[in-house]
Amino acid sequence: MKKSSITLLIVGLFLLGFPLAVHSNYYQHLLIITFIWVIIGSSWNLLAGYTGQVSFGHAIFFGVGAYTAGILVTKLGMSAWWGMLFGGFIAMAVALFVGWVCFRLRGPYFALATLAGGEIFRLIATNWEELTDGMVGILIIPTFRSKLPYYYLSLGLAAACIYAIHRIMKSKWGYYFVSIREDQDAAESLGINTTLYKNISLLVSAFFTGLAGAFYMNYMGFIDPEVVFSLHYISIMAILVGIVGGVATIMGPAVGALVMVGLQETFRSSFFGLAPAWVSQGHALVFGLLVIFVIMFLANGIVGDWEKIKRYVLRRKAFRI
Amino acid sequence: MALFEVKNLTKKFGGLVAVNDISFQIHEGEILGLIGPNGSGKTTTFNCINNFFPITSGDIIFKGQSIKGMKTHKICQLGIGRTFQVVKPLARLSVLDNVTAAAFCRVNSIVEARDVAHEVMEFCNLLAVKDRPAKSLPIGGRKRLEIARALATKPELLLLDETAAGLTPTEVDEAIELIKKIRENGVSILIIEHIMKVIMTMSDRIHAINFGQTIATGTPEEVANNPAVIEAYLGEDYAKG
Ligand SMILES: Nc1ncnc2c1ncn2[C@@H]1O[C@H](COP(=O)(O)OP(=O)(O)OP(=O)(O)O)[C@@H](O)[C@H]1O
Ligand SMILES: [Mg+2]
Repeated sequence: MKKSSITLLIVGLFLLGFPLAVHSNYYQHLLIITFIWVIIGSSWNLLAGYTGQVSFGHAIFFGVGAYTAGILVTKLGMSAWWGMLFGGFIAMAVALFVGWVCFRLRGPYFALATLAGGEIFRLIATNWEELTDGMVGILIIPTFRSKLPYYYLSLGLAAACIYAIHRIMKSKWGYYFVSIREDQDAAESLGINTTLYKNISLLVSAFFTGLAGAFYMNYMGFIDPEVVFSLHYISIMAILVGIVGGVATIMGPAVGALVMVGLQETFRSSFFGLAPAWVSQGHALVFGLLVIFVIMFLANGIVGDWEKIKRYVLRRKAFRI
Repeated sequence: MALFEVKNLTKKFGGLVAVNDISFQIHEGEILGLIGPNGSGKTTTFNCINNFFPITSGDIIFKGQSIKGMKTHKICQLGIGRTFQVVKPLARLSVLDNVTAAAFCRVNSIVEARDVAHEVMEFCNLLAVKDRPAKSLPIGGRKRLEIARALATKPELLLLDETAAGLTPTEVDEAIELIKKIRENGVSILIIEHIMKVIMTMSDRIHAINFGQTIATGTPEEVANNPAVIEAYLGEDYAKG
């Protein structure tokens, strides 16, 4: 067996066994949030890292997925779990519209358009009170008391998402996505329908992100526009997860999710109560510094520059001897 | 019937008429040379053929069908491949992945696409560098990669834009051999070239333009002896030599 498959097997077994060994709700919760971020980060990475269409608006799809699940309960009296089906598809429908508008633009203009799109959706969710209950948000009663079902479901979804993207990247679609990223004109001249394939990448990305949103509604039991359509906490966080872990790598967003959720939590809790409370205000600053550090020293992220990190660490050890 | 025909093609950029009422035909298995001084409209003609630019007027016919206004990728799928004068490698991808991406034009599975890519890379003498990122190739390699990629889309007509420019003399000879081999495989070729050795030995016919207008058309010999061509393009030295 290859080294990478062994690593994967060990990580897999560890994650499967974790909640059986560690009964703490707190740590199970952190991992569930991490898994959600693995899904969002991987989806963002498919569009931005592999296809080269950098989105600053992934909150659109996360929010739409979450609201789909919530509205199914409040307006249609259905179970929010139906959102796991419809959330992904409605996010895709929204993505069709987003793509139709934003793919007229390239590069930074595309990024800005998605950023504006995210804000528009947040405003819609805030103001369309008949549908969304506006700032009041949507509150539902979670199905399970125990974290275990949520834990295994989100773990399964994250694994399925990574696997799906892995398969896509080994297929014609994947080759077309990276070709578009490298040179859109060259891609067209090689027979690649760049508009179509950019939209396919966006739709797949939106589907998984919407699914993550629907799961979030089910799990947290509460959403409002400021949470699920947040530029800061969703759209930008998605980018950070991708960049820190490593864009255009399969496992990058997973590593990025772990690091970012860990950091966020460390600061939110003021270093688990060890530091004074004002420290919790500093996380935005630290995220900013982290991004600068990663861009300067690990331009390909933790996974992309793993060899570099290893070399650096080994060299340090050698010096000490 | 000609395989390919450009009819009264005109392309204006604002007030500048880059291509002015040009017409030519390419027959099956033929190599047509397109020559002209710098800025005479050669590359623009290519960009009009595969619709990077919408044409101002005229028509472009391929296999009896007008391709005017057709999407660039459709034109490639129909069977017109092209290379770029200013090469456009998929820079961070390996040579193999560059050619494989192009091969997906005709096949759907990765196994088939890799097979096609290997065939084409062998043909273009790229196998030795197949795992290198495209951006690490020297100019000669990049030019061959342009050709390999276009070939992987299995074109019936290949448009080559200054494939030999910037190559060493040995590489130029190799390029000539490669283009001959491509033709032997039944691909018709429209070639832009400044290097006389290449264009004169390769072309069945030559079409010469200047300031976007046709100034001569005929066999290499006829065109080389045409006074308008000598004056506009080849210069005094060539006329004497
Ligand atoms: N996108 C564009 N917009 C405006 N003008 C253009 C554009 N592309 C080309 N031109 C102009 O059209 C004319 C023809 O240029 P073209 O690139 O076709 O020349 P060429 O024959 O290929 O020259 P060379 O031998 O230098 O490659 C030039 O005057 C050029 O400046
Ligand atoms: Mg040119």
